[in-house]
Amino acid sequence: MKHDNIERNLGILLVFTMLAISVGGMVEIIPLFFIKETVEKVDGVRPYTPLEQRGRDIYIREGCYLCHSQMIRPFRDEALRYGHYSLAAESKYDHPFQWGSKRTGPDLARVGGKYSNDWHTQHLTAPRSLVPQSVMPNYPWLAKNELKYDDIQDRMKALRRTGVPYSNSQAEYQRNVEEFGADVAKTLHIPDAEKNLVAQAQLGNYDTDPSNITEMDALVAYLQVLGTMVDFKKYDDDYFVKFR
Amino acid sequence: MATASVSTAGVGTSEQYNYDIIRKFTIMTLIWGAIGMFVGVYIASELAFPFLNFDTPYITFGRLRPVHTSGVIFGFGGSALFATSYYVVQRTCQTRLFGGDGLANFTFWGWQAAIALSALGYMFGYTQAREYAEMVWPIDLLVLLVWVSYLAIYVGTLLNRKQPHIYVANWFYLAFILATALLHIFNNLQVPVKLFSLESYSLFSGTQDAMTQWWYGHNAVGFFLTAAFLGMMYYFVPKQAGRPVYSYRLSILHFWALIFLYMWAGAHHLHWTALPDWTGTLAATFSIMLLLPSWGGMINGIMTLSGAWDKLRTDPVIRFLIVALSFYGMSTFEGPMMSLKDVNALSHYTDWTVGHVHSGALGWVAMITFGSLYHMVPRLWNTPMYSVRLVNVHFWLATIGVLLYITAMWISGIMQGLMWRAFDDFGNLQYSFVESVAAAHPFYVMRAVGGIFFLTGMILMCYNMYKTIRQGSTAAHADLNVAAA
Repeated sequence: MKHDNIERNLGILLVFTMLAISVGGMVEIIPLFFIKETVEKVDGVRPYTPLEQRGRDIYIREGCYLCHSQMIRPFRDEALRYGHYSLAAESKYDHPFQWGSKRTGPDLARVGGKYSNDWHTQHLTAPRSLVPQSVMPNYPWLAKNELKYDDIQDRMKALRRTGVPYSNSQAEYQRNVEEFGADVAKTLHIPDAEKNLVAQAQLGNYDTDPSNITEMDALVAYLQVLGTMVDFKKYDDDYFVKFR
Repeated sequence: MATASVSTAGVGTSEQYNYDIIRKFTIMTLIWGAIGMFVGVYIASELAFPFLNFDTPYITFGRLRPVHTSGVIFGFGGSALFATSYYVVQRTCQTRLFGGDGLANFTFWGWQAAIALSALGYMFGYTQAREYAEMVWPIDLLVLLVWVSYLAIYVGTLLNRKQPHIYVANWFYLAFILATALLHIFNNLQVPVKLFSLESYSLFSGTQDAMTQWWYGHNAVGFFLTAAFLGMMYYFVPKQAGRPVYSYRLSILHFWALIFLYMWAGAHHLHWTALPDWTGTLAATFSIMLLLPSWGGMINGIMTLSGAWDKLRTDPVIRFLIVALSFYGMSTFEGPMMSLKDVNALSHYTDWTVGHVHSGALGWVAMITFGSLYHMVPRLWNTPMYSVRLVNVHFWLATIGVLLYITAMWISGIMQGLMWRAFDDFGNLQYSFVESVAAAHPFYVMRAVGGIFFLTGMILMCYNMYKTIRQGSTAAHADLNVAAA
């Protein structure tokens, strides 16, 4: 066919253009949903608790992903600086993913447990009081704003619709008990969301002020769980290589 | 033949075509350009001097950054594309826009509302946290409506054309409209928290979500910021140079290659991540191949000037257009290089990426837009530019600004990459992370200065355009045909 015909016929131009722009995405995206090795089989990864999920919402609201990645690459320097490289499984309940694309600040994929709650609260309120050369903004409002959680059940229901195994019935709860164990399954039960959120905030005392539940409580709870779900001591490193 | 439609298309008055919609989008291009670039300079300054965040949620870096990116990409770039595509499609098809003034006006008000509302939303913390697709779901729906109307107008106008051939610029604009629709729909699949909530959760998670997002993200660059602006190039470079497009054959080849190959390249943003290796390898391979159609377009544009090279000395508009193509060539060489896994291991997560984006966005997208507007505005308002001298000053401010910007980011980016992976004699990490932050400070200042240069040029352009439009409106009824040809 001569190109001249395409230029004279809008229908052909439209069809050929659609074909040309559709192939790449189809070949690269669709298989990721079907190839089993795409996401590693690994124990420990669970959906976020209600408090952690609210913390994640705040992480998103403040645009943290624009300066912090959550994706450790398999390099020696990153292993020393941040820890084991990130697995696909570790973000399988992340809607949306927060791998990031820029490290104006350090990677946060395994920041959980590295610093105390006190440190995080102080650092988020006034980063330069702890790290003088930091360029991070101060977030003083996090410790002042009371955490809004009246819509936590709606949030969990929306996430459940995307495929996150939060339970809304006794049958679903039982399935979670089998998969994650009873302790975790309780935190994933939607009807108990408010109760669980309050209990975790009071027990964890993340913002070091037990009198109220603030956005700081939620955000620090989220940061403290990042990268801690998988116990890498249980796995030989070769085990993960085959998934790459 | 490509030139036939160009040379015959120049004989309209403003009565013949819907110029009103083009004027509106042109003015908004200037306004969003000034706002978006100002916010860019401000957030660049925040990184150099963090006190500028002023402990105020609404203006912290994390909330303002999407205001900057949407402002310049969708506000400035998008309005420029609406304006020029409506201009080009009417003149090359010799017919008024399909759908009448109402539909065209809907695309204007809908688009402007989407940009303004999303920018306000970001400052109040409403975001999807997907880079360059941060708009919340109700605005996504508004954008979709606008986009379907845009497609209808474009296709309808092409169907009504009085020329047998569809001019090459329209192929690019059309591919951009179709691809943007595809990307927008699939990257914004999500479940709202509830009906009356602005928040939502993406349908996909983790690896699949990352792949979808960077398929979108890279092709926002590939189609929104490249294919469409190539459409602009294919009309305004030959017009301003008064020469036919260099090679018709090359334009066919590089059009099909470009739109096919671009869609495979997105996964190079995810090298060494938890995305499977096969996807990244495929993306890197296609990114390398992409060099060919990219340079095909650059060569076709620059060589259009053959036989008229002297205009580079005398015509600042041509200078904008040709320097834009040079930056296009440079950044489309840099891109494939950065998509190589070994280079990417160093460059990823650093300022080098930021510099690369801006050599494309400032050097190519903004410069080709400036050149095209300086060509188009005198014809829209039937009057010569108020000051050609100021166009020339703008050109130098913009060029110096880009060069300062990308040089600063090259240095800080490569420095960060090297510092992060440096080991001392005992095999320990040589630098803590914050040492790399401190080392970047002088380059963050330099980048902000580069931005100020570019912004100053933009403001100068707004002034020059304001004066031109004023002088056009006062002289409007004196002689409609003065600058019509």
